[in-house]
Parts: sequence; structure tokens; C-alpha cells
Amino acid sequence: MTQALVPKKNKWSWRSRSFRGLVYQVLAIGLIGLVIWFLVHNTLVNMRVRGIQSGFDFLGRTAGFDIGESLFPFDSNEPYWRAYLVGLANTLRVAVVGIILATVIGTLIGLGRFSRNALVRGLCSAYVECFRNIPVLLQLLMWYLVLTELLPATYEAWEAGPFFLSKGGVNFPIPIWTTGHAWTALGIFAGCVMAWLYRRWAIRKFEETGIVRSLFWIPLAIAIIIGLIGWLLGGAPTQMNRPFRGDFAIEQGGALTPEYLAVLLGLSIYTAAFVAEVVRAGIQSVSRGQSEAASALGLNQNLEMRLVMLPQALRVIIPPMTNQYLNLTKNSSLAVAIGYPDVVSIANTAINQTGRAVECIAIVMLVYLTLSLATSLLMNWYNARAAIKER
Amino acid sequence: MKITRIKFAAAAVATIGTLLAAPAYAGKTLDNIKSRGQVVCGVNTGLAGFSQADSNGKWSGLDIDFCRAMAAAVLGDGEKVKYVPLNTQQRFTALQSGEIDVLARNTTFTLTRDASLGLHITGVTYYDGQGFMVPAKSNIKSAKQLKGQTVCVQSGTTTEKNMTDFSKANGLNIKPVVFEKVEAATGAYFAGRCIAYTTDASGLASVRNKEARNPADHVILTELISKEPLGPMVRRGDDEWFAIAKWVIYGLVEAEEYGVTQANVEQMRSSQDPVVQRILGVSEDTGKLLGLDKDWLARAIKTTGNYGEIFERNVGPKSALGLPRGVNNQWNKGGLMYAFPVR
Repeated sequence: MTQALVPKKNKWSWRSRSFRGLVYQVLAIGLIGLVIWFLVHNTLVNMRVRGIQSGFDFLGRTAGFDIGESLFPFDSNEPYWRAYLVGLANTLRVAVVGIILATVIGTLIGLGRFSRNALVRGLCSAYVECFRNIPVLLQLLMWYLVLTELLPATYEAWEAGPFFLSKGGVNFPIPIWTTGHAWTALGIFAGCVMAWLYRRWAIRKFEETGIVRSLFWIPLAIAIIIGLIGWLLGGAPTQMNRPFRGDFAIEQGGALTPEYLAVLLGLSIYTAAFVAEVVRAGIQSVSRGQSEAASALGLNQNLEMRLVMLPQALRVIIPPMTNQYLNLTKNSSLAVAIGYPDVVSIANTAINQTGRAVECIAIVMLVYLTLSLATSLLMNWYNARAAIKER
Repeated sequence: MKITRIKFAAAAVATIGTLLAAPAYAGKTLDNIKSRGQVVCGVNTGLAGFSQADSNGKWSGLDIDFCRAMAAAVLGDGEKVKYVPLNTQQRFTALQSGEIDVLARNTTFTLTRDASLGLHITGVTYYDGQGFMVPAKSNIKSAKQLKGQTVCVQSGTTTEKNMTDFSKANGLNIKPVVFEKVEAATGAYFAGRCIAYTTDASGLASVRNKEARNPADHVILTELISKEPLGPMVRRGDDEWFAIAKWVIYGLVEAEEYGVTQANVEQMRSSQDPVVQRILGVSEDTGKLLGLDKDWLARAIKTTGNYGEIFERNVGPKSALGLPRGVNNQWNKGGLMYAFPVR
């Protein structure tokens, strides 16, 4: 009797659903593979027929061109792959700093839209509507125009203490590297570790005894003090490489070029408008009852936001925020329009010097794909941490 | 303002074009041109004197005239040209993929380009060299004074590399600011972002003439830091079309040497000079050897004039650019223009 109730397991058949499913999947994968094979094969054949040389061997050849700004020294005698690295570093420099700036500005603007002050609310709304509705390329060009047209020429730079501001960008003093700085760095590192340990201890104590200790100011003070001790141990180096006026330009010191500043400002301010909307939507998604309950418990506005509202809002905020971070990184490829040597700009030059268009564009695609996937992975991990934990 | 994006997309499309296009076969280009009734010519998006469209969309310039001469030689009508404006990144891919028949876009001939791009260099139509333009008030007299300075330059040209070589050879440590579009590069220079702008000397004259608020405020330094032989390129693998492109150029140069002009081309048919007779197809049918008719060169001369006339009209001392004939004069007048004999 019992056997009759259990549905009979399908015998294998040409007409079974699972077999058909398998056939479709094999067909689909085969078709995709065939299309890719056709594209690659046809490209290679066409290029050979036309006598176009191909391959990635050019990456090892001498680049032979200079790059205006780079994080690490680059010489035109170095190979193409090093030039690509410089471009990648420049892209990352814009993307990482841009993401941080956009998040900070965007969060402030997003929170500002809940302000009780009508002027602040209005200004924040105006900011969002203004910047998200103008194409980002136009904004980059506008910032670049503002920086290069309005600022004084390099030989008439504005001076503010050790800082110079001109068409050449911002020039500022940088510390001259000595072994003392290694001690300072070591001190800051040790300070951070100590601060982290203190924080853990304070949280545990709070859970045991209920005594509240600052989880921000005291750790910060610990990190700074130990960093300072390290600096003193290193002989307190104070020598700075200060910029000064040369014949035509500001010489020495550190510098941020107008190209970098324009890309950074343009992308951060544009993306911040979207981030503000994401933050606003996230906070609005938390039901009003939560905020009322927090007030009933006697939490002040600051604690209410930090302990009750934000953790819940974050679950809604993080996925769309990831999109904004990806957009910012990809939009940084527009930097080429205003002369910032990002990876696209380097690839453009490389295409023209070597004629390897397919290879160079493939490298650029790979770079953006890798960056985007890495960002996604990181954000997904963070999302998983912020997600509701069922206990 | 989405132009940059569009251009990148166009470059990508051109790349995909390479992926999909069927292989070309020898002799096909001429047949294609005849059946479509148009020569498709890749040109600069805008360089006064060389390739520029006016407000009515009519193209003119030195490069444009060579496109017209080729159309006249092959199709009998200099107007049967389709111009495809290309930026520096797109130009070679467009030619390789068969999108255009000939690339007349102030392109420098170099070994790398000749040997690795699958392209043929046809002939030099303008001997140029790279120079620098600086503001007059900067008091810079020589490119060697540019030590540690920023210089605006357009990406994807031989210019970047020349400047690096020059900077290295003289220990100048010049900082390039590289722009994708020439308008962005010149715009940044005129805004004062860079102390100098560098490109081929003819290009500097063109930019100064077209874009500077007051051309006298800018000085083109006399020293040239490179050799830039410019001229049209064609695809490899089609020797027939390569020969036609090559001989249209030589033909127009030789026409100048023997005094055949746009105005007198008809009277010259009765000339007793055997060279002129050959040029005009009166005595020998040179066109037959190229797969054309015997009037091919006469028609080209009638359409654009000889090389000297093309030069004078577009870039010469009396034109807006006002460039001296210099090394672009005939070989027997102290220049480098030496046409292989049309016979």
C-alpha cells in the first residue's frame, strides 16, 4: 500500500523533463561557446590576412612616452605594463578617494533632507536635483574649466601660508622622508592596535557592567598619543619639502594637478547626489515606530540615529550604494576628456603607438571588470554582515 | 558634450567591425569604389588647411584635395567622395576594417606603422616637423627653456613620443598633460593650464589661426624636434589600389614640375613635351596599367590643380595659414618633392 502512494520515480526516457532540460543547457552553452570561438577565430584570421600584428608581447616593450602624474616614479624607458600600472594606480586614486568623498558628502546631504531647518532641507534638495540631472561629462568639463580659467597663472599663484593655488593645481609641503617617519608610522600602527584592543575591552565591560565609555574619542586619543610617542622616539623630524616660486611654475613640494582635482570633484559631487537619495530612501524605509520606540527608551537623537535607525537603514542602503560605487569607478574613465592620465588614457596612447587596438581595449575592459567585481565582493561581504541576523 | 563617449563607442564599434568583417581580397577596393560610385576617405575631424568642413558641410583642405583627386582619377568626378571624420584612435582601425578606402588624415609615416599595422604608406603630401607654441609674454625663445614645465598634447599621436625623446635627450623633464581631443588640448593651453602646446608645426599654425583670440599673442618656436612626413595610407593586400593612390600623388607633383595647371590642362594637351603628353595621356595610355582610363591624371589635375596649386590654396603663404613652401617645394627648387616619373 505505502509503495503505491510514493510517486513512481520516472524511468529515464528521451521524453523526460530532466533530459530535455539537459539538452537545452548543453545547446545554450555550446551556442555561446561557438559564438565566442567564431569571434576570436575570425578576428585572428582577419588580422593575419591584413598583416596586422597581434598579441600581448608589446607589454614588455619600452613604452617611450612620459606620463604627467603618477603615484610612483615612471620613466619613458620602462615597459608598457608599467605604464598600464601607473594608469591603474591613477584610476584607483580617483576611485577610492572619490568613493570616500561621495559617501561623506552624500550621507550629509541625505541626512540634511530630514533637517528641521527649511533652508537646509531646501538646499539639500536643490543640490540633489541639480547635480544628478546634469551629465557627468559636462560636470567634469565644467570643473576643469573653472579650475583652469578662473585660477591665476602659475607665475602669479595665490599663496596661503605654505600652500599655493594656481592653474598648476594645489601645491603643498610634504615631509622629507627620514627614518624618524618610520618610527612615527610604527607608533601610529601600534596606537591603532591598542585603540582597537581598548574598544573591545570597553564593549565587553559595557555588556558586563553597563558603564558607558566613549568608543570613539578615547581610542582616537590613544592612537594619536602613541603615534606622537613614536614620532618623538624617531627624533621628531620636522623637515618639510616646501613648494616655492620658480621661474614659470611652482617647484618642489607635493602637488595635486587641476586634472586630478576636476575628476575627483566632478565624480564625487555627481555621485554624492545619488548617494544622498539612497541614504534618504534607506532612512525613510525604517518605520516611524522604531524612532518613537527609541525615544521612549530615552535615547537621545544622536544615539537613536546611530543605534536604532542606521543599522536598520543600512540593510536597504548597501545594495544600491554598491551600484553607485561601481558607477563612480566606471565613470572615472571619462577622465580622459580632461587630460587625466587614467588607464583609458594610457590605453589610448598605447593603441596609437603599437596599433594593438583589440588587445589594449581588452586590457581596459579587464581592468574595469576586475575593479567592479572586487568592489561588489567587498560590498556583498559588508551587506551580509549588516543583514538581519536571526537569533 | 557626449562626443567623447560617442567616439569611444565608435572606436569600440570599429574594433567589433574588425571582429566581424570578412577578409578583403586583392583588387577588391577598386571594384568596390566603382560599384558604390564613391571613394570613402578617412579625414581629420577639423584641422584648418588640411581637412575642415565649413558651415554647409563642404570639406576643404590639403588632405581633402587628395581625396578629390583620387575620386576624379577613378570615377571621373572629384565630388564623388564620402568623408569619414576620424580621431587619432579610430583612424587605423577604420582603414584596417575596410570602413574607408584611404586614410588622408595628416598621418605621420613611421616604421612601426608601416610594418605592423597592415597598412601601406603611399607618398608624402606634406613634410612637417613637430614644434612648440608658447604665449608671447612668456619670453620663451627655445624649446630647451621648457625645463620641468607642463606641455599640453593630444593623445594617440607620434607627438607624445617625440616630446618624450626630446625631453630625455636634453634632460628637460617636461610634464605632458595628455588630452583625447585636440580641442581639449588646445583649450587647456589657451586657458593657461600649460606653458606650451606641441604638435606638428602646420597644426600649430592652424590652431593659432583658428582658435587664438589674438594670434599675435602666441609664438611658434622656430626649432622643430622631429621629422613628420604626412600623407595618405591604404590597406595592405590590395596592390592595385595602392598603386593608384601612390601615382595620383606622384602625378600631381610631376604636373607641377612640368607646369601643368588646373587652368592650362586643356591647352597643354597640344604640348610637344613628351613628359606632358604622357601625363595627360595623349601619347601613352598610363591609365591602362593602373586599371583606369587614359585621362585619369588629366581629370585629377583639372579637379584640384597640381601639387603646388593645392599647397598654395590650402596652406601656402597667401592662405589663412600662411605657411612657407619650405621643404615642400619641388626638388629642383630646393625642396623635397620629388615625384617618381610618370612613364
